[in-house]
Amino acid sequence: MSDAAHVVIIGAGHAGGTAAALLRQYGHGGPITLVGTEPIAPYQRPPLSKAWLKGEADADSLALKPVEFYAENDIDFRPSVTATALNRGAKTVTLSDGSSLAYDILILATGARAIALPIPGMDLKGVLFLRTAADAEALKATIGPGKTLAVVGGGYIGLEVAASGRALGAEVFVVEREQRLLARVACETLSTFFKAYHEKHGVRFELGATVTGFEGEGGHITGVRLDDGRVLACDAAVVGVGAVPNDELAKDAGLECARGVVVDLDARSVTDPSVFAIGDVAHRPMPIYDRMFRMESVPNALEQAKQAASAITGRPRPAGECPWQWSDQYDLKLQIAGYAFDVDEVLVRGDPANGKFAVFHLKGDQIQAVEAINSPPEFMMGKNLILSRKPVDKAKLADPTVSMKEVAAVSAPS
Amino acid sequence: MAKITYIEHNGAEHVVDVKNGLSVMEGAVKNNIPGIDADCGGACACATCHVYVKEEWLAKTGERSAMEESMLDFAEGVEDNSRLSCQIKVTDELDGLIVTMPESQH
Repeated sequence: MSDAAHVVIIGAGHAGGTAAALLRQYGHGGPITLVGTEPIAPYQRPPLSKAWLKGEADADSLALKPVEFYAENDIDFRPSVTATALNRGAKTVTLSDGSSLAYDILILATGARAIALPIPGMDLKGVLFLRTAADAEALKATIGPGKTLAVVGGGYIGLEVAASGRALGAEVFVVEREQRLLARVACETLSTFFKAYHEKHGVRFELGATVTGFEGEGGHITGVRLDDGRVLACDAAVVGVGAVPNDELAKDAGLECARGVVVDLDARSVTDPSVFAIGDVAHRPMPIYDRMFRMESVPNALEQAKQAASAITGRPRPAGECPWQWSDQYDLKLQIAGYAFDVDEVLVRGDPANGKFAVFHLKGDQIQAVEAINSPPEFMMGKNLILSRKPVDKAKLADPTVSMKEVAAVSAPS
Repeated sequence: MAKITYIEHNGAEHVVDVKNGLSVMEGAVKNNIPGIDADCGGACACATCHVYVKEEWLAKTGERSAMEESMLDFAEGVEDNSRLSCQIKVTDELDGLIVTMPESQH
């Protein structure tokens, strides 16, 4: 690909910002334009529900790069602008300020957006999402001692916000539609553990309950109405019930999408070789599971930024990866490697009562996924074993007195 | 403020000023220095910011925490002077610090 190619990146989140920096790091000499809807330069989102919310991180530490980085590296960063149309024939993108950008290579890094609930009161002041720094700012301003925070959705974002809310002295209750927390993303052992841990820290739960509306007074939220008719008073509510990919631009331009833009191992659109899609908006192959899916995680955004930047600059494709993610709540560090696809056995190593254990998900004698609580060795070695597909001795794996190094060393002969 | 020298595995040197309070990892990432991936952004969750601290700086950079120790235990190419650079906070004391990087981060 020509070294002088103009790369236009639509979306200035973790994926888009990283792709721009990596292109320069990998020696791309042509112009780079980075277009972002938000008014600020690319920043890390994970701390928004954790360190940042608790006041332990500031805007400078959130930023991926210092603001002068973009000019210094000849990256034309355009904040507060959204791409509204893509014309693949003419290779142009129309922007919300009426201007148009010509590209040689386009990287779609438009991310995902929080799902709004189709219920009355969504527009009340104090009904919040947690996706952007502005969202987090609004949330931070409303929680503190004497305040009550309602969390709608018992997923990772909801639970992290609940933990931070408690740390800031607010009363917190969580409403979850399913009978258990983290129902879509974690095993039952973990759900039970997290519920007990949060309850110990004073969080209340309404499981198997649906929010039917938000009550308000003077345009501000005053409570959450549940399907059993009860209204629970609160000063603010955070809705964390999942996200959908921002793939409309791609769809409208005729790029193949399947809940996300369908791409190959280079993060390149299967429809148009001049277009890449990375991060939350990409529907991508994951060879170790022999299937394609969409992921919402920072490691995924970084990995795909590397794939696209490598392909564009003619570097070899990055080595195969094991997807992973993490969550911090109170003094718990949860690290997850892999996905529990095609699992026929679940094995717990360690004792949840000690707040230090790992849940291994196995297919035959291969590890498909591991969820590790305050157990870095289980996470690190589990991640290696998932990637290597090396069979393991299950009796040794289940025995916490056998070190993970030994488990890996004595893996059954393959 | 501390002047920190980051040396890539291939020998390429990068000398940058890093503000107090930032971590040695953040100093590299914010200056777009290759070789420190820092996938988790400093949460001590990934071991992709592994560096070797020049011997004479080991005392000033402090001790590994228990969490860091167990993450490093499973990283590649770990030596006695290995640290996770996200766990080293920059102070005036570290002016002149030299760290080198492993061949790859996993």
